[in-house]
Amino acid sequence: MSSQDIPEETLPSKQGEAHEGAVAVAGDPFADPGLPPHEHRIQDIDERAAKRSERAVAFMFTLSMLATIGFIAAYLAIPVDKNIYVFPIGHVSAMNFTLGLTLGVALFLIGAGAVHWARTLMSDVEHIDERHPIEAPSEVRAKVIADFHQGAAESAMGRRKLIRNSMFGALSLLPLSGVFLLGGLSKAPGTKLRHTAWGKGKRLVNQNTNQPLRPEDIQVGSLTFAMPEGMKEEDHDFQNQIAKAALMLVRLRPENIKDKKELDWSVDGIVAFSKICTHVGCPINLYEQQTHHVLCPCHQSTFDLSDGGRVVFGPAGHALPQLRIKVNDKGYLEAMGDFQEPVGPAFWERG
Amino acid sequence: MKKLSARRRHPLAAVVVLLFALAVTGGLYAAFAPAESAKADDSAQSLAIEEGKKLYAVGCASCHGTGAQGTSDGPSLVGVGAAAVDFQVATGRMPMQQQGAQAPRKKPVYTQAQIDQLAAYISSLGAGPAAPTKDQYSPEGADVAKGGELFRLNCSQCHNFTGKGGALSNGKFAPNLEGVNPKHIYEAMQTGPQNMPSFPDSVLSQKNKKDIVAYLDEVNSSKSESPGGLGLGGFGPVSEGLFAWVFGLGALIAVAIWVAARTAKAKKS
Repeated sequence: MSSQDIPEETLPSKQGEAHEGAVAVAGDPFADPGLPPHEHRIQDIDERAAKRSERAVAFMFTLSMLATIGFIAAYLAIPVDKNIYVFPIGHVSAMNFTLGLTLGVALFLIGAGAVHWARTLMSDVEHIDERHPIEAPSEVRAKVIADFHQGAAESAMGRRKLIRNSMFGALSLLPLSGVFLLGGLSKAPGTKLRHTAWGKGKRLVNQNTNQPLRPEDIQVGSLTFAMPEGMKEEDHDFQNQIAKAALMLVRLRPENIKDKKELDWSVDGIVAFSKICTHVGCPINLYEQQTHHVLCPCHQSTFDLSDGGRVVFGPAGHALPQLRIKVNDKGYLEAMGDFQEPVGPAFWERG
Repeated sequence: MKKLSARRRHPLAAVVVLLFALAVTGGLYAAFAPAESAKADDSAQSLAIEEGKKLYAVGCASCHGTGAQGTSDGPSLVGVGAAAVDFQVATGRMPMQQQGAQAPRKKPVYTQAQIDQLAAYISSLGAGPAAPTKDQYSPEGADVAKGGELFRLNCSQCHNFTGKGGALSNGKFAPNLEGVNPKHIYEAMQTGPQNMPSFPDSVLSQKNKKDIVAYLDEVNSSKSESPGGLGLGGFGPVSEGLFAWVFGLGALIAVAIWVAARTAKAKKS
């Protein structure tokens, strides 16, 4: 690179004149070029321009005040349930929209005014603050090290080993108290994860109509959700119970069922599977009636309901548990027991 | 006459009388029977079936077979009912443009009158759900809150909580339900088109279906209110996150650039 390519004012020779303090060693191509010369803004020179900037900043702050007053007025005046149509957004709550708009404008204009103020009126002269080594001076270091050694000697840590070792023991035992407190956060689950509200002789109740289901209600290609008889949505622990007991019922043509156990546990092709994904317990019921696959919306685990609930895709580790059902003597579908394996995701003791 | 009566005891007389009687019966039958069947053809129902059969032969038979018995390219239509025909054809899904993962909704090819004829023909092949009446699917007088509960239990897993639709496996998807005729929503629940499971009246009553239609009308139409503002398609965290990262962060970067930008100088350097 020849000297012709360098802009004139950054040349070391010119730099010395332009800015005092810049190092200029003649003949050194790597000399510190220093700062470019300071340039004044219009507002630094022209007082009228400065006044204009002042007014602009004050204008923004005033608008912000008005927006805040608008916020308060909107809060007091607009009914909560009023809806308005705002073009690209749609039918929105008038209050939400106005509160958001006025608060946003008020906050933005405070910031914009401050930035405009700093950019046009506050000093913009460049300053240089030289760096210093991080290391402390050697005499300070020597003093600190000497103080430490003296302190260690005076505490007699090295000499009185009984004190030292018992102190280490006390300190290392102390955190155990915290670990034991964690145990109080919850009761041990016991066998809760292994049992659901299903049991022998419990009828399958349609969750849509709260009526017990008969086999003829369920057609090939349909999807039905059932809960165990005796549960009510108003019950205190309904959500806890249904989170494990949720059941989906589909009907396949018996000749399409590939798994022998699944066929044995079905009633004329009606199969009952747990609705809880065996990966992390999301409800899976994206049922494709032509492929007989159910799909989990969380991590795309896919189970084949015509093949014993086998996992055909995704991270799930277990086949979907099936509930063994039969028709009772009154013609209703009923469970022949609880699920034979824990429903939902795996856990430590599951084995 | 005398000649005839003279031969009435001839051994072949009985045979002649029998032949004569048979000829008269046959002639009378030939004269009257076709007239009767032509009369039956005049009824609106059989005309519709006849017309529907012609439309079927032109537009549907190549995939579903000449007798709607199904082929390797299309399922059997025996027993699917008028509701299924009305749903598939009136939403433009059938006739299909090409074989694929799923037939998408498009502009219908047939007029409603032609669709009714096709439906009449298909339902003449085997009993199936009939198309619902306006009273059954109109949102008026339905329980919207109950409809919401039922929608979340039965439909939201695929169609999203407000019916915005979602993805399934291998290119299949649950379509957005915005702007879908309530009649077609009702029919889809009745018949379970393509990979959607059906929800027959035995498990999801007619009242339940009406409630669901009313819920969708409330939350997923061009008039439905969205108090929170811009719904961003109603797809949840993905579209919201994308919006925040692209537009929210973009705006912040623009402001940061403005804050640190070179200010206007008195003279050009």
